[in-house]
Amino acid sequence: MKTSRDPHCACNSSDHINRRTLLKGATAIAGVSWLTPLSDLLALEAEKSPKGKPARSVILLWLGGAASQLDTFDPHPTTKIGGGVKTISTAIKGVDFAAGLEQTASVMGDVSLIRSMVSKEGDHERAFYNIKTGYRPDPTLIHPSIGAIVCHELPDAKIEIPTHISILPNQWPARGGFFGAQYDAFQMYDPKNTVPDVKARVDDKRMDLRLESLSVVERAFAQGRSADLDQTKTLHQVSMQRARSMMTSDQLKAFNVKDVPAKELDAYGDTPFGRGCLAAVRLIQAGVRCVEVTLTGWDTHANNLEGQATQVKILDAAYASLIRDLKKLGLLESTIVVCGGEFGRTPKINNVGGRDHWPHGFSMLVAGGGFAGERVRGTTDPEGVKKEPEHPVFVEDLHATIQDLLGIDHSKEIMTPIGRPMALSKGEVVGELKV
Amino acid sequence: MNSTLTFPNWLLRLRNTVILAGVGAAAVWGVLELLRPPVGHVSNALRLPKQKLDDILQTAKRVDADFEKSWEQKQLKPTAKADDLTLVRRLSLALTGSIPSLQEIRALESVKDVDTTQWWLTQLLADRRTSDYLAERLARVYVGIEDGPFLIYRRHRLVDWLSDSLQKNRPYDQIARALIDSKGVWTTSPEVNFITVTNENKKGPDEAKLAARVSRAFLGVQMDCVQCHDGKLGSTWKQSDFHQMAAYFGQTDFALNGLRDDPKKNYKFRYLGKTEEEVVPAMVAWKPELLPQQGSPRAKLANWVTAKENKAFARTIVNRMWALLFNRPLIAPVDDIPLEGPFPEGLEILADDFIAHGSDLQRLIRVIASTRMFQQSSHSADPSHPVTEGAEKCWAAFPLTRLRPEQMAGSVIQASSLSTIDAETHVLFRIKRDIDVGNFVKRYGDSGEDTFDDAGGTIPQRLLLMNGNMISENTKNNPLVNASTRIGMLAPNHAMAVEAAYLSIFTRRPNAEEAAHFAGLLTSAKSGNSRTNAMTDLFWTLMNATEFSWNH
Repeated sequence: MKTSRDPHCACNSSDHINRRTLLKGATAIAGVSWLTPLSDLLALEAEKSPKGKPARSVILLWLGGAASQLDTFDPHPTTKIGGGVKTISTAIKGVDFAAGLEQTASVMGDVSLIRSMVSKEGDHERAFYNIKTGYRPDPTLIHPSIGAIVCHELPDAKIEIPTHISILPNQWPARGGFFGAQYDAFQMYDPKNTVPDVKARVDDKRMDLRLESLSVVERAFAQGRSADLDQTKTLHQVSMQRARSMMTSDQLKAFNVKDVPAKELDAYGDTPFGRGCLAAVRLIQAGVRCVEVTLTGWDTHANNLEGQATQVKILDAAYASLIRDLKKLGLLESTIVVCGGEFGRTPKINNVGGRDHWPHGFSMLVAGGGFAGERVRGTTDPEGVKKEPEHPVFVEDLHATIQDLLGIDHSKEIMTPIGRPMALSKGEVVGELKV
Repeated sequence: MNSTLTFPNWLLRLRNTVILAGVGAAAVWGVLELLRPPVGHVSNALRLPKQKLDDILQTAKRVDADFEKSWEQKQLKPTAKADDLTLVRRLSLALTGSIPSLQEIRALESVKDVDTTQWWLTQLLADRRTSDYLAERLARVYVGIEDGPFLIYRRHRLVDWLSDSLQKNRPYDQIARALIDSKGVWTTSPEVNFITVTNENKKGPDEAKLAARVSRAFLGVQMDCVQCHDGKLGSTWKQSDFHQMAAYFGQTDFALNGLRDDPKKNYKFRYLGKTEEEVVPAMVAWKPELLPQQGSPRAKLANWVTAKENKAFARTIVNRMWALLFNRPLIAPVDDIPLEGPFPEGLEILADDFIAHGSDLQRLIRVIASTRMFQQSSHSADPSHPVTEGAEKCWAAFPLTRLRPEQMAGSVIQASSLSTIDAETHVLFRIKRDIDVGNFVKRYGDSGEDTFDDAGGTIPQRLLLMNGNMISENTKNNPLVNASTRIGMLAPNHAMAVEAAYLSIFTRRPNAEEAAHFAGLLTSAKSGNSRTNAMTDLFWTLMNATEFSWNH
């Protein structure tokens, strides 16, 4: 389906001044040093969201390969499925995490934990599709991911860079699905590097000449073709115009973390994922609607305990710093942060010390944007026998809840290209998780 | 040491003469290459016998009539026939994954008294680039783009085997049977890699994955949707249909002497709602009477899949080949064709012809390429009635589709070279080309398995084309390699330079406005350097145009 809505609206320069002024004030209060130089450069959309207003952006932290709930957020150390995990207490009374998640444990006052996520997909690719779109794979069409839905439904961000971004994408970055490729996530890798291909190879004068020549060539191609071909189908010149806006935008600075003091980078762990999380905060601050950051390496079919512990270390610093910085900047109230994998891992430990795929009760962290903090939903069987967790949250319910918090009517039906109306989400809102 | 060597004057004159003669010869050779490159590798003798061609054209006409009836009912006016060079471009993109070279275009234009499209098709079907490219496209269907470090080599072996088979025009039913019912060691019997690439985590062949691959790739049935439960939303497939097909691979096993069948093994599965795993019998979901009485389970399955009476097999490859030629299948998704219809126009005629002619893939390609649908223009000659999306959907105009990433990369590299980049190109250049293509495809966005979705352009693609390394490297000042510099140096005048650039990149000549615009820019370039820049800009402009990124 093609849409006339433009997720990459042109920038209004007068807005820059106001937003910049606002950001400087926010920076002074927050005392986050890397924002000072950035504040002069970013065309900021970061108005604080007053309480009760819908969320306006989303950060998704994907634990690709599937984190083990038993070695992270839902340990059962004293039972036979414990697998040797050691635990620590958290900011939520009576809730323990696996050791190694100390920093995350300390921010749980602002975060809620779902221990009863349920999916029907046990294959990585299908499960990723499911967790990103809220729908199971369907051979007849591709569903849009949550980031594409946000950009499609809330298109008023006046920014010059893409509003849907995937940092460190694995094989399955978020897609626009039936909303069109223009809603695909813009993919970028380690934010210690600049975004590739955004610098023109020639000076402005020569570039203008090239573009003038291009219009002559495009005119020849347009003959005998539909007048709205570019807007409705090829999106060639439309994308080129957006790419040009992006190339000359100051907002590009938000993509990399070169100017961030070492101390603050260290707080995130100074890993590619940590830098990705830091860039996610900066991008959200610049007005981006949805950023996903992927940390792979959780698919521990062998040596589960060690494998999970290695990834937990990377996750802990990055996640806690992201929550802290969003809060300091006043952005947590308007930004939903979801963290989890495509499914969980089996209670049973296999004969090479690994845990296999388990979609029947895994964990997710949800925070910000109207999600309450300090709550826990669902319990899993400490013996690992019962498959169904108590108070299950189905993948589609999580999607419905996220959309609800964004002020999007999740039951709204969209006419798909195959002529079948389809709700944005077929789940139910989990009221218990809302503020 | 201050000694100076002195040479007699005659020796210096001789040296200068030799140098001048060398430069002169190089310039003459260069100009000749630009205007009339060597045509040695293309043979005028390679033509299809008239009787064979007539038979192909007859089938194509029957397919045309099927569509024409439908256009009449829908009151659609088809577009006119496209010009020869446009058809040559379409064929090269579909069969070799790249546009034709300037060398090839010159050769084509030098051949007299032939049907250009048919002649070019003959050249391409004999060209190793075609079998290599089609093998890669088909491998995506058979084994996906599995890229574990060990799998890459197995996949390469399979692609090479497929390419050899296509080059020999091995009947397609034989290819399919060899893949499904293969035995032996993966290095010496490369076809076994259809099965060995599913050996994830060394658990043995993945029966479910193989059932999904066989049903989709060879039968155009998406049975894997019922892997976990019976069909929904009108689907009549049952969970047991899928697992009973998977059971044909239940005896397949890896041993020291390679892939084999072990009669002691079987396939077990726990169905939805059941508490225990059970042994699943090997059964087919339709036409069981076509199953042979004898043979291993895989041999039976292979024969059943490719039986003439099991028409799903022919329909599936017809739809796939149509999609490869048009970049859009007759029926979408490409691997989901209803067993009992309704079928789109053309499909049954093409499937019957394919079966009647011994599963001849090259004939199928020829028939499709000879249809009116393939040969008509993608734009309307009447500006007041431009081509609509609806007309394209009914094949009343050649559909405009976005080129795949590897077609884009191949075309950039080919357009930047005056001569053809093929199996005879120096191996080092080909290796560099493969690396460049790989990097480009990753950035442009690999479309993964062989899908045909109608996607528009994206921001990263435009950034890559505007500012990326590949365009920059292939269009910058480089008199040894790059066409942009060489054309600028060698073309006798500006008009010819512009024409050579257009032929190299767009496979057409510029219209009057375009010719005047670019010739004007070259004329206003006063120094040699600014003329080189103007040529680079011309190449950049054409490669950044919609026309270059879209198949038309």
